[in-house]
Amino acid sequence: MKKFINAPADVVREALAGVAAAHPDLRVDATNQIVVRADAPVAGKVGLVSGGGSGHEPLHGGFVGEGMLDAAAPGEVFTSPVPDQILAATKAVDGGAGVVHIVKNYTGDVMNFQMAAELAGDEGLRVDTVLVDDDVAVENSTWTAGRRGTGATLIVEKVAGAAAAEGQPLDAVVAVGRRVNESSASFAVALTACTTPAAGRPGFDLPDDEIEVGVGIHGEPGRSRQKLVSAREIVRIAIDAIQSAKPLGGGDRTIVIVNGLGGTPLLELYLVFGEVAAALKESGVEIERSLVGNYVTSLDMAGMSVTVCRADDEILRLWDAPVRTPALRWGR
Amino acid sequence: MDIPLTHRWITNVASAVAEQADYLTQLDSAIGDADHGVNMNRGFTAVVAALDGYEATSVGDVLVRTGTTLVSKVGGASGPLYGTAFRAMGKALDAGSTVDSRQLAAALRAGLEGLQKLGAAVPGDKTIVDAYAPALDAFEKDVDGGGTLASATAAAAGAAEEGMRATTAMQARKGRASYLGPRSVGHQDPGATSTWLIFRSLAEATAATGAA
Repeated sequence: MKKFINAPADVVREALAGVAAAHPDLRVDATNQIVVRADAPVAGKVGLVSGGGSGHEPLHGGFVGEGMLDAAAPGEVFTSPVPDQILAATKAVDGGAGVVHIVKNYTGDVMNFQMAAELAGDEGLRVDTVLVDDDVAVENSTWTAGRRGTGATLIVEKVAGAAAAEGQPLDAVVAVGRRVNESSASFAVALTACTTPAAGRPGFDLPDDEIEVGVGIHGEPGRSRQKLVSAREIVRIAIDAIQSAKPLGGGDRTIVIVNGLGGTPLLELYLVFGEVAAALKESGVEIERSLVGNYVTSLDMAGMSVTVCRADDEILRLWDAPVRTPALRWGR
Repeated sequence: MDIPLTHRWITNVASAVAEQADYLTQLDSAIGDADHGVNMNRGFTAVVAALDGYEATSVGDVLVRTGTTLVSKVGGASGPLYGTAFRAMGKALDAGSTVDSRQLAAALRAGLEGLQKLGAAVPGDKTIVDAYAPALDAFEKDVDGGGTLASATAAAAGAAEEGMRATTAMQARKGRASYLGPRSVGHQDPGATSTWLIFRSLAEATAATGAA
């Protein structure tokens, strides 16, 4: 597999050097391997920290900036960051109003953030956590590590970020973040496996004519493997799964994301969005806001995820609030 | 067990993990995300560097420093889990520069408890615990039967290997492999495999010193 790398072990560090060079309004702390808003900590504002394995760009570093995250802690590729990184990020953004950790529900992420939160607590910082577990492909939470955090992470970070930006206190920021998570459902389908720089070959074998249904953002499977079918049929599988986990009906207002996993052209993502819109319309569901593009990726995996968030006035207002990050910017 | 032996144990683990890094990664690619060998190697390379020239004051000190370094360097699930296990082992020991088999058994027990508290895994979940728990049982049994440190660590290594092999038939219920459901059956667990390397390294270090 051909890749633009110098040495596999240096990929994350060197990519961060690129982030620093491209975005002067971010501060890249190479020692602690974290990305921080240049003006952090913002006095009196609740700080928002997220993080996770690298390979999902622009998540999370691309969402650092005014109106969204204050810092991101990227781990090695597909490996959660270590507590030291998360602690450094937490301290860097603590403006005296407490810090929220936004954590995707993956075993490693949960443990490392938990340890970091305890260390931060030992140092007298107030930290609370919003756990994101929107991936409805995981049906049996009892016998697995539970639903995974995927596409809804973006909405949680945007909405909680806006709440923090307008001066809401820690409890309120956490509450709205959790509400977004509870109101969101995601489902992903992979057409190909992805290749980590360290492995140099695809992470799993997926025959040319088969798709992985309910895939996670590292290529870990969810439900089944089946023969490739039309985009319309694939979207039907995704929407059915979302509808059976978190039913939506007539008059429900939503934010919908059709997210590319890294190796699928926008042309196909827009085609998919058209199918999603048609499928939701059948149930009378209103799409109030939308995003189409590569936001929560899985390296070079061809595939997409659909995220549907039922949104009330408050969530929509916060979604519309100004945001200024490398990957998401609007308003003002 | 004294401080130099503890050092040797950890150094042996580092060598074993480096040697078996590709194998661990290969096992992880079947049911995880193909990085267990890379992560463990990065962690134990850092541990060796952290212990190099470090004047440890006790056996527990070496183990706590090992665990703290793993927590800081590995990431993923294995960093906090192994880091917590080594830290718990170290903290369970007193400030002495030597520990006997019974004290080591208690420390190993504390390590397993720390690991299970954090990871919430039980035997049969296809995790580190499936090699660790039988290894600890074998260690305790050998010590209770009047065995030496050498015989107890050898028994633990053997039981860890058996436990590791038994994970092949299990369906994963924790971590990323759990999402495979029934498709995780038929693959040996990478975490149980690295745990076997840790117990094997302990037995080898002990045998090499002839410690009783």
